[in-house]
Amino acid sequence: MLQLWLIPVLPLVGFLLNGLLGRRLSKPVVNVIACGSVLLSFLWVLKSLNALGVFSGGLEEAYKEHYFTWIQSGMLNISVDFAVDRLTAVMLMIVTGIGFLIHVYATGYMAHEGGYYRFFAYLNLFMFFMLVLVLGANFLLLFIGWEGVGLCSYLLIGFYFLEKFATDAANKAFIVNRIGDFGFSLAVFLVVIHFGTLDFTAVFEKVNAMPVESAAGWMTAISLLLLVGATGKSAQIPLYVWLPDAMAGPTPVSALIHAATMVTAGVYMVARSAPIFLHSAHALDIVAIVGLATAFFAATIGLAQTDIKKVYAYSTVSQLGYMFVGLGVGAFSAGIFHVMTHAFFKALLFLGAGSVIHACSGEQDMRFMGGLRKYTPITMYTLAAATLAIAGFPGLSGAASKDLILEAAYEHAPWMYWVGVVTAGMTAFYVGRAFCMTFFGEYRGKPAAKAHGHGHDDHAHGHGTPHESPASMWIPLVVLAVLSLAGHRFFPIPAFLEPIFPLHEGEPEHWLEYVATAFGLGGLALAYLFYVVSPGLPDSIASTFRGPYRLIYNKYFVDELYDSAVITPTIEGSRALLWRVVDARGIDGLVNGVGTTARGVGAVLRRMQSGSIRSYAAWVVLGSIAIVAYIGFRGGVL
Amino acid sequence: MSLLDVVLFLPLLGFLALLILPAGVSRSAALGISLVIFVLSLGLIGTVTAAPDAYGFEGNTPWINTPEIHYHIGLDGLGLWLVILSTLLTPIAILVSWKYIEQRVQLFYAFLLLLEFGVIGVFVSLDLFLFYVFWEVSLVPMYFLIGIWGHDRRIYAAVKFFLYTMAGSVLMLAAIIFLYTQAGTFDYVDILNQLRSGRIVLSAQAEMLLFLAFFLSFAIKVPLFPLHTWLPDAHVEAPTAGSIMLASVMLKMGTYGLVRFCLPLFPGAAHRAAGWIVGLAIVGIIYGALVAMVQPNMKKLVAYSSVSHLGFVVLGIFSFTQAGLDGAVYQMLNHGISTGALFMLVGFMYERRHSLEIAAYGGVATPAPHLAIVFLITTLASIGLPMLNNFVGEYLVLQGAAQVSMASAAAAAVGVILSACYMLWLYQRAFYGRASESLAHHMPDLSKREWIAVVPLLILMLWMGIYTQTFLPAISARNASILQEVNRSATAGVPSPSGVSPEVANAR
Repeated sequence: MLQLWLIPVLPLVGFLLNGLLGRRLSKPVVNVIACGSVLLSFLWVLKSLNALGVFSGGLEEAYKEHYFTWIQSGMLNISVDFAVDRLTAVMLMIVTGIGFLIHVYATGYMAHEGGYYRFFAYLNLFMFFMLVLVLGANFLLLFIGWEGVGLCSYLLIGFYFLEKFATDAANKAFIVNRIGDFGFSLAVFLVVIHFGTLDFTAVFEKVNAMPVESAAGWMTAISLLLLVGATGKSAQIPLYVWLPDAMAGPTPVSALIHAATMVTAGVYMVARSAPIFLHSAHALDIVAIVGLATAFFAATIGLAQTDIKKVYAYSTVSQLGYMFVGLGVGAFSAGIFHVMTHAFFKALLFLGAGSVIHACSGEQDMRFMGGLRKYTPITMYTLAAATLAIAGFPGLSGAASKDLILEAAYEHAPWMYWVGVVTAGMTAFYVGRAFCMTFFGEYRGKPAAKAHGHGHDDHAHGHGTPHESPASMWIPLVVLAVLSLAGHRFFPIPAFLEPIFPLHEGEPEHWLEYVATAFGLGGLALAYLFYVVSPGLPDSIASTFRGPYRLIYNKYFVDELYDSAVITPTIEGSRALLWRVVDARGIDGLVNGVGTTARGVGAVLRRMQSGSIRSYAAWVVLGSIAIVAYIGFRGGVL
Repeated sequence: MSLLDVVLFLPLLGFLALLILPAGVSRSAALGISLVIFVLSLGLIGTVTAAPDAYGFEGNTPWINTPEIHYHIGLDGLGLWLVILSTLLTPIAILVSWKYIEQRVQLFYAFLLLLEFGVIGVFVSLDLFLFYVFWEVSLVPMYFLIGIWGHDRRIYAAVKFFLYTMAGSVLMLAAIIFLYTQAGTFDYVDILNQLRSGRIVLSAQAEMLLFLAFFLSFAIKVPLFPLHTWLPDAHVEAPTAGSIMLASVMLKMGTYGLVRFCLPLFPGAAHRAAGWIVGLAIVGIIYGALVAMVQPNMKKLVAYSSVSHLGFVVLGIFSFTQAGLDGAVYQMLNHGISTGALFMLVGFMYERRHSLEIAAYGGVATPAPHLAIVFLITTLASIGLPMLNNFVGEYLVLQGAAQVSMASAAAAAVGVILSACYMLWLYQRAFYGRASESLAHHMPDLSKREWIAVVPLLILMLWMGIYTQTFLPAISARNASILQEVNRSATAGVPSPSGVSPEVANAR
């Protein structure tokens, strides 16, 4: 036994300590508990993986530990089992490694915030659930983690619970995810019905024993229902709407939960269920199309956002779309590879954005930033690394994984590749735009500015000029920058995942890579042109194409559509029809009518209305006695 | 005299003792007695879990000679945890009322103990007439708890509660008497044997009528849509302790009755009616949730959520599957724990602010952070978050329902989405945001007494969510034999046009 359970339980202990005692602890102690528990968890991951031979080419088969029976009902047995295979190993490294860096960063970022211990308690709880999610050896255990991270996401989005926009965003995240989970749970029911178990190994063995051609309709159904779950957690069309709003949470949360780890849970889940998906070509196609549509659609919205975190949020939605394209075209390992590189550069983008916001005393609107290169050089260089990585600059981590996905997409269907590269161009443009608007030009913020009305983080502490962040914040930035530049060289995921997801045979065509690179560099160049060389250009373009600009600026009015098509009718219908009419007038009216009639007719019952409790008592007792007596006297006659 | 006799009759003795003892010591005495009963009831667990399929602590002595009514009691895996739930919640309800009840204190606590006597009796009776007596005995104290210590419209609510329940139980009494004419006994075990062996043969029509008589009585108690409208009124008007006992224990009398009597006694009719009943359960799940969503009153919201939650229980029972039935019985306990806790917490808030309107709150988390956290955990339990109790029950119920019909499982699962809506919106409106000046001053955090009352429930939420092995095996073992009983009709050749044939239900 490797005691894998320690990996999630260590942060859980951190949660309990800080959650129960944190109010009485000093900040340094809270820090040590919060970061220390995650660090220990990370070290335990390394130790376990080392023991399993991951660093020396081992772990070809899954390693599993059984703890106890969770639910046993008839034939159905659901255990608490943790398992590690190479896919889980990758996720464990990402979650604990990046998680630790972000914890350290947060100690600096949150230093001046109220509810300090509460924040770190939630963050540790998140680590617990996320690790259960990737370690769980059956669908229901995965679901514990799945719902648990959703809970932590809810708590952290609503961290500033005095503000209505924050708690609204929290509710939205939870409820939209519940809609996704609806699909997930139906998939679980079908898995039990058809396989009699939820254990991954057992289910996939049975699946693999079935010939691919015999794929029944229910295989497609299971796959698509799982996909519904994934669209919730991983913010894909049509359930992506919660993620941009989720930026109401503190920035480290955006980096850890809403960029690097939790939102990739859907990708992990689909990759984990690959044997099922591989039995349904239709389902895989739909995965790819949903991913591609999301990637493209979210990228267009990203073009026009002015809140720096919103830009990166839509970028996350878009990049998650790429991962689903990878999964859908059968390049599972490329999808997971992109999970990792995205975790590096997107965590860095968010943490960098946090550093920028910190520097600007809580300002999040890029129109009031600018010229920060003078004040925050470390943030600028590290953010440059992340920007180049996501833009697909050749040789960096983002390009490595994205190109793999695009090549696989081309093999699957060339049009998918072309949509993908256009999206890549837009991606490069909007991250370039964000970079230029923050670091180039002159500082446009107001001196001694308090946070602007919609500065989401309550993060103003009234400095006059922008300033560089403390070491606890920039050291994680530097580490992530190195990983964004070269992380793919340290961790060549596709080769590592070969035992699970066989690599494609044959050499891809090189021009595919060149075209993708050209689009990326073109996007960056365009951004530089628009926002540094001739800053008047964007406005004139926006006014020329007023209609489309308004459409993407307002995010295609999807939130408004959902509101007026689903939410308002449900609530108003429930209030006006179900409650006021059906319940109050219909059913209850009938009952009261019967009651009134009865009282009107029966003189005995009328006396019950006397209002005296004593007489009610008498009636109840008398009635009971009468019945007993009746039966007693009738005796054997009955 | 067995331990079960002691656990059953101590509440009655307590009731009588409180009437004699001076009013000043009533609540302490009530608490002491109820705690003793609770501790003693824990002694029942070992024996029953060792043989959950048999009636442990069985006692059978004649009570009335003509007609022959026996004091026949026993405890199996189905009743065990419901008895423990009752003995646990009674001291908690007493503790919750500690300061709130100021008038007729003596009578109030006496009635709580009488209620405990009634509900325990319901869960252990093996004689149909005895069962009926306890059923009625439990009605009386609840009627007074609402009628005397309730809020403004208490009389209306109490009478409505009374009439509704009475209407149902009269039918049940008629059915019991009819069975007696056929079998010559009120003994449940005896009647069941006679039915099974074919010594009594009921025509399909007679079976259906008997089934419906029992069913209606239970369905009103559950309450199943559309028989639910007494519940929101009763809850809103009842004092906190009354709401807790009503939601946690008394509603379970209905679902317990369905499993104990309706299914084994009238399996053919149960199968034939299942389609309709499942339909009503699903409507109730969604309807209850939608109406809960728009309630401005906290207690009404929780009451309608009960309609939704209990719909799951009925759905599970009438799936006739192991998972569904296990989930249903587990969910009875879960609902008792989490909804009991919700009513308790709403009661705490009422004691501070004297309002049940959600709009009267807002920002409670700032002055009362502990109350906020406890309420949050209870909310999460109630909406079925994994690792908390309700998830296990809901999952099993839906899994069982899915084995019969994927469509009905899907429809019911919509209720899981909606539960998150109404509970989180409630939580947001009551606890988040900025507290007004007057609220901040009148919202002290949980007192030590309140902590003691709620902590056992919190522990159980986690325990029942994580380590189900303590509770589920006994339930599951008993359910397995009940299911066998229910599905015997399949061999008896009774058609099941509802589409839920037992073979399908079990084979899949």
